[in-house]
Parts: sequence; structure tokens; C-alpha cells
Amino acid sequence: MGWLPEAASTFADSIDGIFYLILAITGVIFVGVEAVLLWFAVKYRHREGRKAYHTHGNIRVEVVWTALPAVLVVLIGVLSIRPWLHIRSPDSIPPEAYAVDMTAKQFEWNASYVGPDGAMGTDDDVTQRNQLHIPVGRPVVVMLRSEDVIHSFFLPEFRVKQDAVPGMETAVWFQATRTGEFNLACAELCGTGHTRMGGRVIVYSADDFDAWLLAEGAGPPLGARLASSTDQP
Amino acid sequence: MRKFFDPFRLLALGGAAAFLLACGGGGDAGADGASSEGGADADAAPAIDPATTGTVVGTVTYTGSAPAPEPIDMSEEPTCAEKHDDAPMRVPVRVSDDGDLANAFIYIKEGLADRDWGAAGGPATFDQEGCEYIPHVMGVRTGQDIDIVNSDGLMHNINASPNVNRGFNINQPTNMTSTRSFSQPEVMIPVRCDVHGWMEGYIGVVDHPFFAVSGDDGTFRIEGLPAGDYTIGVWHEQLGEREMVVTVTAQEESTADFTLDDSTAGTASVGEPLVIHHSHAGGAASR
Amino acid sequence: MATTLTEHAPHADAHHHELSFVRKYIFSEDHKIIGIQFLFMSLFFLLVGGLLAAIMRWQLAYPTDAANPLPGGGLFPETMVNNGIILPEFYNSAVTMHGTIMIFFAIMPLLVGVFANYLIPLQIGAPDMAFPKLNMASFWTAFPAGLIMLAGFFVEGGHSSAGWTQYAPLSADPEWTGVYAGQRLWLISMIILGFASLMGAVNYITTVINMRAPGMTWFRIPLPTWALFITAILILLAIPVLTGALIMLLFDQTIGTTFFASATGGEPLLWQHMFWFFGHPEVYILILPGMGFVSEIIAAGSRKPIFGYAAMVLAIIAIAFIGWLVWGHHMFQSGMNPMLGMSFMVTTMIIAVPSAIKVFNWLGTMWRGDLHFHTPMLHAVAFVAMFVIGGLSGVFVASTPVDIFLHDTYFVVAHIHYVLFGGSLFAIFGAITFWYPKMFGRMMNSTLGKIHFWLTLIFFNLVFFPMHNLGIAGMMRRIYDFTQYEYLAPFQGLQLFISWSAFVLIGAQFIFAFNFLYSLFRGEKAPQNPWHANSLEWTAAPSPPPHGNFAHTPTVYRGPYEYSHPDTPGDYWPQNEPGPAAPAPEPVYAE
Repeated sequence: MGWLPEAASTFADSIDGIFYLILAITGVIFVGVEAVLLWFAVKYRHREGRKAYHTHGNIRVEVVWTALPAVLVVLIGVLSIRPWLHIRSPDSIPPEAYAVDMTAKQFEWNASYVGPDGAMGTDDDVTQRNQLHIPVGRPVVVMLRSEDVIHSFFLPEFRVKQDAVPGMETAVWFQATRTGEFNLACAELCGTGHTRMGGRVIVYSADDFDAWLLAEGAGPPLGARLASSTDQP
Repeated sequence: MRKFFDPFRLLALGGAAAFLLACGGGGDAGADGASSEGGADADAAPAIDPATTGTVVGTVTYTGSAPAPEPIDMSEEPTCAEKHDDAPMRVPVRVSDDGDLANAFIYIKEGLADRDWGAAGGPATFDQEGCEYIPHVMGVRTGQDIDIVNSDGLMHNINASPNVNRGFNINQPTNMTSTRSFSQPEVMIPVRCDVHGWMEGYIGVVDHPFFAVSGDDGTFRIEGLPAGDYTIGVWHEQLGEREMVVTVTAQEESTADFTLDDSTAGTASVGEPLVIHHSHAGGAASR
Repeated sequence: MATTLTEHAPHADAHHHELSFVRKYIFSEDHKIIGIQFLFMSLFFLLVGGLLAAIMRWQLAYPTDAANPLPGGGLFPETMVNNGIILPEFYNSAVTMHGTIMIFFAIMPLLVGVFANYLIPLQIGAPDMAFPKLNMASFWTAFPAGLIMLAGFFVEGGHSSAGWTQYAPLSADPEWTGVYAGQRLWLISMIILGFASLMGAVNYITTVINMRAPGMTWFRIPLPTWALFITAILILLAIPVLTGALIMLLFDQTIGTTFFASATGGEPLLWQHMFWFFGHPEVYILILPGMGFVSEIIAAGSRKPIFGYAAMVLAIIAIAFIGWLVWGHHMFQSGMNPMLGMSFMVTTMIIAVPSAIKVFNWLGTMWRGDLHFHTPMLHAVAFVAMFVIGGLSGVFVASTPVDIFLHDTYFVVAHIHYVLFGGSLFAIFGAITFWYPKMFGRMMNSTLGKIHFWLTLIFFNLVFFPMHNLGIAGMMRRIYDFTQYEYLAPFQGLQLFISWSAFVLIGAQFIFAFNFLYSLFRGEKAPQNPWHANSLEWTAAPSPPPHGNFAHTPTVYRGPYEYSHPDTPGDYWPQNEPGPAAPAPEPVYAE
């Protein structure tokens, strides 16, 4: 309760790792600063005959408490670069990722899967509302679009979030690490139904996913290479 | 001596200009979107002598090949899914085996005298039950209260997008009734729910009481029409529109039978077009 | 108030005549009156913003719960509250208007409209602002802007509901929100308010540069004035960008342009870039003056010079300058090029450093001081404690990968309220209490002040600290009914707790309101310098100062923070005192 949802994707390790690093660093600083503040408030409170120590400052200590925070934030920044590029850079999307088209609109998510012809955007595509079915252990790339206003594709357990902007197609990829049912939410105010723009993500084992594709009339099975008709941004 | 362009005066002028701009740009300031009284006038309309009125009856039939009903995937809203004993279906053309067409909107288009027809009897009810609009097609008078009822007790959105009237886009998070009305005649106004994308309904607004919606048997009945010649029209969401001329005689029934086929399919006039994304309800593997 | 009014014109053609009541108190050119006008206007809007928050918190405590109707719900029309149930369209409006009113009509005018106007001429030894008529115009432009903003609540379709950030296309086309006139009134009001801000900024900058008393060199200026001066430069450069964006959005709404509509060649992300290019300097506008006030109060309350005055000034300038380079950190997940994400992350990380410097310098000021915990000092120290939390939570969202998860969650809500309430508002309460005697010639009641302080501090933390957890658990912002998401339903108990803490917090503010109003008439008469401070408003002008401020233009001999100096017997040394200063007969006002 009140903490990170249990992770379900390969991104969670790096994101959660940096989160905990920042938590440790800021936690120490927080406790330290507040403790010092409280200590000073008590120790130096006014008492009869007390005189303050007149000083305008100290250059040396200014340098120390400028350099130290600078080093810490630069460290956090540098450590953040690699995971960021791994998650966001178009070059890092694996070519074999299974592509799903996701179109957001007020107030639903419409996921489209290629039909048996293997091409996205054709008549035999299968479209479903507010559900995303994907295989475990295999990269998935969601081609995100919006029909009306900005929505945001948020999968909390997968640590995935990407705004869906009308007029743009954004590729967001991830890889599930366990099977089960997970949450899909909209994370950008998109109107009065924003509060109810959620869905389910169902992650299957590889065999079960192929069975699902067959049952839905989507296909071909994942063993085959899929051609994507859309360009990566 | 004060200069004319004293900042004080400039400010007063500027403030006045700003207010004028706001009121002009703001459009309908004042009362918010609740309905007006259902068309009642200060001076009541003189009643029409029933001895001078006749009735129009008819049947609407369809002679084309109806598209198959599509199953609606309501799995994301189990409360609604459970209310349907049979699997919920989207039926764009509701027709019996004999060709009787339901949900056609019939109304007098021309020929009525320019007079006040009196107030509507009371509010019309537009209900949401089992995540469907009931009725699917409805007619109301201009200015008549429409009581939008949420019988499902879950979050519904009611988005009416007319061309001529001011629309509304409101929400009912639980059981409640909201009242709206339309002030201008318009055939037809689409209504959708942006939370449950399969929900669709249509409201026709006319400025007289002579309209009807065909039942499952395709029949309709319009009473109380003063004797005379009229143009009567039919509107169907999928099959388009037709019209014919009918003569009404006092104390008699005149017949106006409409036959719709596929030739005018897809030409129905509708406010802003309704775009429904159809979930393909899955087979055994999906829920 | 002083019984005689002599008009000190800054120009050679000085003339004396009794001003009418209207010219003295309503259409006044006196910077002090204008500051006080802003004070009353902003405190009213602070109340409105707080009531909107209460409505939001009721909904979050009892999401769509017919058994717990909104108290007073019957006062609202059925289109906003239906049978006690707050409707989503009204909730989204409340969210939008809470942010808008608090930021633009409460905090910003409280920090700048009130204190830039009131303090700058007094602290630099000037009789008034450089452009008194322009100053009057700035208030009388802000006031109608406020009325227009309030009008939006009363029109069909309700008030704007696209968030105070107004992302297009949601904000550009009434089709998406069902809001027509309300959105246009919002835009018009904001455009007009922008002009009021610009008028003020021009005045503040010119006055500080040109009208300092003899001896008042740049590095003898008290930190509130420094902070307000730099803030005014930010306003001057940032507001025009916002105004341009607002006009474009108004045109999209009204005359059929499509700047932000992609279907017809526009670009939704353009709005975000323009808005945040203004928006990020805006948040520094919202914190820098508070930092200036806190520096002043802590130095005076510790009877010690501010630790590292030059560093403090440079830090203010650094924050203001770097603040122009970080706007993209609001857009990490927006779909903009991820390489931009990296560059904005670097600049955002860097801006943490000058803020850290300031925190350490405040601690350094308290170190080995003689701390008098009167009500302003309590607020100033609380500012430091709360700002630290707000600043540190910012580090989480500054890291782009962590922001993937935390963006648009309650974690951000916690962050912004720790800096805006825990920071700016505590600074404002402290500043109002501190300068109240100078403004009104009376002291605010100290007991009530302390009760208000402690209740506010405790309940503020009970409300906003748990929001960090809600965000970490993945609860999104601006959600009318979080129970519609199954994974968030378990947090109903915590939301209920937060809401009731919020009701107590809001209730406690009425203690401040009562104290403020009551003390106007019944407060203890204030001496000229109750806090034994050094700056000119305390040492060279009575409480309250007359029109023209000073009987004679003061001459400044030293900086404003010569407390407990070894060369003078007392523990303070007024800036305009040529020789050593005698100790004050009465102790520092603290009770």
C-alpha cells in the first residue's frame, strides 16, 4: 500500500533502481537538514543575556555546500541517461518487437492487432476496446495515437508512460516479465471521462498468446516475422 | 487642470471595454444549462376542436437485406453485461421477419399552420439501462424538458452533438436525473456515451406535437392533426430519409406507409456524425 | 493612519492639496495603498481557492457517494452538483480554477502585487514608485481581471475545466469539454491580468535601478527587494510569452485558427512549449520573493547577519537565469524528442544547486544566533523545513526515467504543494505578520498567530505528505473518482484521512483571517520598529508611513544585516544610522 506497484517489466529494474538511489540520497539530506534545523532552533533560542555571533559568512563552507549538491545531482543525472535512452530512444526498440496499434480517444483505448495478412492498417485487423493482450518475455511496441485530445498511456506495473498526442504517432516499447492481468490507465486530463479511461493488460505465455491470436482471428502467430507498415518516429 | 487622458478615465474606459468584450465573447451569460419550461406560453393556445382533426397511421417496412447484428463486448462493464439475458447486440436496422421496421422517426415536415401548439404534456424520459439508451430513438418538442435518467448507477456520459442546437456533454456518475432541452427543431440529434463507446441514441426535435417513432411492428400513429394536406417524413439512422404527401380528413384515419430500401442507406441527416468503434467480441479465449 | 497628508511629488512642481477619499484610498497612486489593495483582493481569492480545494477534497473523500452529499450542495445548480453529488464537469472545473486562482490571483499578487509595491520604495529609501499612475493602473487592471475570472463560474457550460495548464486540444475546442463561454472568460481574464503584471514589473525594475537613496548601493539592498527586483525581470520577460500563447488559444476558440489543432496543420505540443517557457520562470516568480522575505525575517529573528549575503544574491540570480532553461522537464513524456529530455534533465539538476545554497545559508544564519521565535520567525523557519521537502521531491521527477512513472501522479501534486504552500504561503503568512505593523500601525495578535501557525504546519503535512505515497502507488492527477480504477480503490481510506485533515487545515485559516481583520481595529498599537530590524522601512519611517514615506530622504551607511555587531552596543544597527546605535529600550516584540 502506498508504494511502488509490483514490477512486471524489464524497465522496472533500472527505473526503480534510480528511484531508490534518489530516495537514499534525498532521505539522508532530508533527515540531516531537518535535524540540524531543529537542533539549532533549540540550542540557539533566545535566553536572557544571549548574544548572537556576528559573522557575514564563510567562503570555504559556501564552496563545500555548493560543490557537494552539484556532485550529487550530476551523479543522479548521469546515472539516469542510460535507462532513459534505453527506454525512449527509437534506436533501442528491438526490431522483433510485436507491434500493436493503440488509438486513444475520449474515453477509451482501442487496441488493434494485425490480421492474418500480417500487415497493420488493413481490413482484417482485430480491434478491441480497453484491453491489451500481449505475450510475456517478448518485446512489444505500442504505436500510440490519439483521435481527439492528449491522453497518456500509463501501465503502472510496467513503468510505462507516454502521452498520446493527436497528429503524432509515438512508439513506446516494453517487455513483460510475468503473466497475469495488469492495469492500463489514462494519465493526462482528457475531459470529464478521464476518471474512467482504464483498461486491462493481459499477459500470456507464448503458447497461450498464439492460441488467443487464433481465437480472435488475429495473426499470424508470433513465430512468423511481422512487417510493420508504419515508420518509427 | 486634469488632462483628458487622465489614467483614471483611461482605466474606466478600458474596464468598460473589457467587460463588453467579455460579455460579447462570452455568448450566453446568465443561467446555466438547465432547461426552460417546456414551451409553455403566457397566453394558452386556443384548443383545437377534436371534431376537426384526423389521424395518420402507417407502417414502415424495409425491403432490403439488413446487415447482421453485431455483438457488443460489454465485458468491461459487468454490471451492464449482467442485465442482458441474451448477449447484447448492436442492431442498426431493427426489422422483423415480415419486414416491419422499428425505430423509424416519423414527423410532419410541412403543411402545419403557423400557430402555437401548446405546451408539451410533461418531460420526456431518456434512460440509460444496461448501458443502452432507452428509447433508442426519441422525439421531443422544442423547449420540452428531457429527463436524462441514469438507471444503471454507474458512470455514464451523455454527449449530444447537434448541428443547429446548443449541445451538451454531461456526466452522471451514479443514479440521478439531469434535465436538458433543445430550443430549435432538428432532425436528428445523435447522443453518445464517451465512456461506453457502443451506446448510441437519437433525439428528434420538432416544434409541434405531430411525430412518432415506429414500434417493433413497424406501425405508428399520429393523432389530433387538423384537416389538410401535409408532407410527412420518415428518418432512419441507417437507411436514410423519405417523405410523402398525405391528406388528413376530420375524424378519419389516413394512411401513410413508408417503404425503405438500401438505395438511401447512409444518407440520414444527423448532427455531428457518430463514430462508433466496434469491439469485436472475442471467442473463448477473451473474456 | 497619519493625520496630515502632505503630498511629496517626485518632481519639481510639488503641490499640496487634500485628496478626496476616492483619490486617497480607491484610485490611489500611493504604492502603500496599492499594495494594501492587492492584499485585500488576494486574500479574498485565497479564500475562493481554498473553498474550491474543499469541494475537491469532499469528492475525493466520498467519491460518488450518495450517502455523503456535499454540504451546501443545494446552493449549486443541478449542472454542477446533482442531489449532493459533485458532477465530473464541476470537479474538473474546480481542479482547474483552484490552480488558476491560487497561482494567479492569490500567491502571485500576494508576493508581488502586495510586497513589491509596499516594500520596494520603503526599503530603498524612495518616496514612491517611479510611475505612480502606472502603479494605480496595474491594480485597476488586475481587479477587473479578477471579476471576469469569477464571472466564468456563472455562465452556461461552467468554468474552464482543462486544468490550469490548459493543454491543447482539450482547451482549444469546446467540443472536448462542453465548456464554451467559461473558457473564453478564463482566457480574457488572464490576458488582462498579464498586462497588470507587466505594468507592475516595469515600475519595480525602474524604481530599484533609479530611485535608491544615497548610500544604498546594490549590495546594501535588503534581500526582499533583491528578490522582488529579479522576480520583476522574470515577469517582464515571461508574461508576454504567456499572453501570446493565450491569444493564440483564444483565436483557436473563437475565430477558427488552428494553431494547436493537428488535423488542420497545427501542433498541440506548441502550446506546451509556449506555456512552459513561461510556466517555469513563473514558478520561480512564485518562490523567489518568498525566499527574500524569509531571509529578512530569519536574519532579524536570529539577530545575526544573513549568512553569505552575496551568495544569496547570486543564488537568486542563478535560479532566475537557469529557470529559463528547464521548461522541458514538464514535457519529458509529451512525445517531444527524447534527446531534449536529456538536456532538460541536466539543466533541471543544476538548478537544484542554488536552491540548496540558500537552504544552507539560512541554516548558517540561525547557527549561533539569538533566535526569537515570534510568529513571523516561526513561519520563516517552517518555510525552510518545508521547502527542503519540496525541493528534494523535485529531484525525483527531475530524473527522466523516474519521471516516466511519477509524471502526472499525486507525487507531483505533493511536490508542488510543498513548494507553493509549504514554501510560498508560509513565507506569505510570515511576511504579512512581519510587515502588518508597518502597514496598519497595529500588531497582529501573537497568540492567535501561533495557534494558526501550528495548526497549519501540522495539518499541512498530514494533507500533503501522504500524497507522495499516492503518487508512488500510481494514482494519477485530476481524477474525479479514483475508485473507477480497481488498483486505486484501496486508497479510499487514505484519501478520506487527507480530506478531513484538509478541512481542518482550511478551517484553521479562518483564525488567520479573524486575526487579520480584528487586529485592524483592536490590535495593539505598533511601535515604529517592533522587530528591531535594520532596514529603512523600520528605522526611518513611522508605522504606518505617511504619503512620501520619509520626512527627509535617508542616507545609508551600511548593509541591512548588521545585527549583533561588535562595534555597536545594541544588537541591531539601522542602515541610516551614521554612528553606533543605542540599544532599544524595549525588547524585540515576541511575547
